[in-house]
Amino acid sequence: MAAGLLGIEELSRPEIEAILARAKDFQHTENHAFHKLDLARGKMIVNLFFEASTRTRTSFEIAAKRLGAEVLSITAAGSSVSKGESLVDTLNTLGAMRPHAIVMRHSASGAPHFLSRHLPIPIVNAGDGAHEHPTQALLDARTILDRRPTLEGLRVAIIGDVAHSRVARSNIHLLSKFGAQIVLCGPAPLLPRELASIAPGVSLTNDIREAIRDADVIMMLRVQLERQHETAFPPGDYFRFYGLRLEHLNLAKPDALVMHPGPINRGREISSEVADSQRSVILNQVENGIAVRMAVLERVLGQGK
Amino acid sequence: MAKLVIKNGRVIDPASSLDAVADVAIEDGRFAAVGPNLDTTGCEVFDATGLVVAPGFIDMHVHLREPGFEHAETIETGGRAAAAGGFTSICCMPNTAPVNDSATVTSYIIERARRHSPVHVFPIGAITKNSAGEELAAIGSMKNAGVVAISDDGRPVMNARVMRRAMETARAFGLPVIDHCEDLHLSAGGDMNEGLQSVRLGLRGIPACSEDVMVARDILLAELTGARFHVAHISSRNAVSMVAFAKSKGLPVTCEVTPHHFALSDDQVVPYDSNYKMKPPLRSSCDVAAMIQGLAAGSIDAIATDHAPHAGDDKMQEFEKCPFGIIGLETAVALSLELLVHPGRISLTKMIELYTINPARILGLDGERGRIAAGLPADLTIIDTEFGWTYDVNQSFSKSRNSPFHGRKFRGGPAATIVDGAFVWRRDT
Repeated sequence: MAAGLLGIEELSRPEIEAILARAKDFQHTENHAFHKLDLARGKMIVNLFFEASTRTRTSFEIAAKRLGAEVLSITAAGSSVSKGESLVDTLNTLGAMRPHAIVMRHSASGAPHFLSRHLPIPIVNAGDGAHEHPTQALLDARTILDRRPTLEGLRVAIIGDVAHSRVARSNIHLLSKFGAQIVLCGPAPLLPRELASIAPGVSLTNDIREAIRDADVIMMLRVQLERQHETAFPPGDYFRFYGLRLEHLNLAKPDALVMHPGPINRGREISSEVADSQRSVILNQVENGIAVRMAVLERVLGQGK
Repeated sequence: MAKLVIKNGRVIDPASSLDAVADVAIEDGRFAAVGPNLDTTGCEVFDATGLVVAPGFIDMHVHLREPGFEHAETIETGGRAAAAGGFTSICCMPNTAPVNDSATVTSYIIERARRHSPVHVFPIGAITKNSAGEELAAIGSMKNAGVVAISDDGRPVMNARVMRRAMETARAFGLPVIDHCEDLHLSAGGDMNEGLQSVRLGLRGIPACSEDVMVARDILLAELTGARFHVAHISSRNAVSMVAFAKSKGLPVTCEVTPHHFALSDDQVVPYDSNYKMKPPLRSSCDVAAMIQGLAAGSIDAIATDHAPHAGDDKMQEFEKCPFGIIGLETAVALSLELLVHPGRISLTKMIELYTINPARILGLDGERGRIAAGLPADLTIIDTEFGWTYDVNQSFSKSRNSPFHGRKFRGGPAATIVDGAFVWRRDT
């Protein structure tokens, strides 16, 4: 089994800190415009996306190219997967072409974990089912730390379809390791009570006002219709009870940050006024995605030496 | 047939409360005598000194996959695995292709087993046609052809009215009804036990409640109909409590537990490893404790493996795509010793009862099976409770390799298996 990046849960705090520090080196600044580096010259990365993705796939592609790596993106539609090839066979076939790392997104929780037991190539998890999305949590942490000195003691509200959210799980693990207080909030069917013991510092509420009160950070989650197998909450009531609106922001800390992993559904989980407000750092998150993924890819490719 | 004498073993027969060092003489495939210092002149002698000699073990819940899924298991390979696991009789569930819902399929299985299986095979018939849960199968004809119970294992009858009719019919024909208790609406889409682990791993959960509500329903239907109702692979603490309650009311309600449900809990699942994926799923550690307690208290009547072979490529997939089930015939006795007998939770005699006379009584086979008595067919399971060994699934007699116990070190297990007076398996020594 080759070391890649499968999830946040198994990373230590120093490992996360190292990635976040390195990501800072790769950030775009006024006197330090992006240019192509040659840190990963001669390396080949395969992006394998079994699930639709625009921002994550593009972000990984740009990150790889900025590092000087060769990158090849494959999507499930149009690949041998759509001809009925099994996941193991697809990966073995790609593995035989000897890429240095595989970046993978899959709708099944644990798909990259399962493959990493059978494949000697490092796998970077770009989202597995409802399990983890580690680079999203890293870029979220980078985004918060660009504006706050520490994550320790911050009150972070994570609101929405927590049950089906890999973004939530990765963020919970990361924030918990750094001593943040995490308040999870959503409709009861989408907020399993077991979440309260998933990591230290986690509490649950079904009341969005309670979640937002005194929050330093508000993370909104996308309603994952593709992962819900039943109507767990009437769509009409969703925005009424769990949509983030301007009036809610008065409950939070005055300088609270509003985050969203995208793609946003305006009027479903967040109002346009909030999404476009000064509080929103949604586009900063997207920007940081590239720097964080550069740091992750550099780390993973370095391990391959 | 020449006489065989099993010499000097500790003979334990719970049905007759026998526990003594003795010899067992077998002639023409039947027990001839049990007692000390039997004459061995002209007999084949098996020295059982230091070994336990028990009635042939019965596994009342296996999947042999034949007809229809012979790439995963056959009656022959499943039978060999059973023999190597110390079983002399096994009951095969009807979820084959075609489903065993007619006398024709029942007869086919019995005939194939007679020719190819080293151990006795007793088929279990379907409750409904094609196990579709709608129209009753030919229960009477299957009974005449040789089924010992009816069950729609794996595809539980969701319609309570259909289950009521099945129980009425089964009662009239003297058959027990075995139900895989699972409310398919509550469990829909689930891959593992619902709890902290499923939430952590982002897998959909199967709540213990999905088992409990069906156990409750079926107990009430058993009371209504007077049928003998047996809970297959019980796994939740509430279900065990309800079975105990039903027994206390004098209802003919029984249940079995699998070794994996008293050996493993959901926090021991290796993440996304399909060798830990089965139905019912591995439950919480509280449930595991309740299984052991239920065995000791007598609320659980039998241990059965739910041996469920799946071909390798079916289990080499994304966890959510993998089929449910693990093989278990060759590890059952060793797991029972390790988790129940060696730690002193139940006696060796109790363990033997759970594998012999109890399942024989549930299935109505206790006239001939599950006991040692002169004149009865000579099925014996000989156990060495002490030898150390390691389970290597790649050496399994089963065609399939889906076991979470590969590489596990055991103390004790079967030493020899005798069916109708003949050795069908012996441990290499």
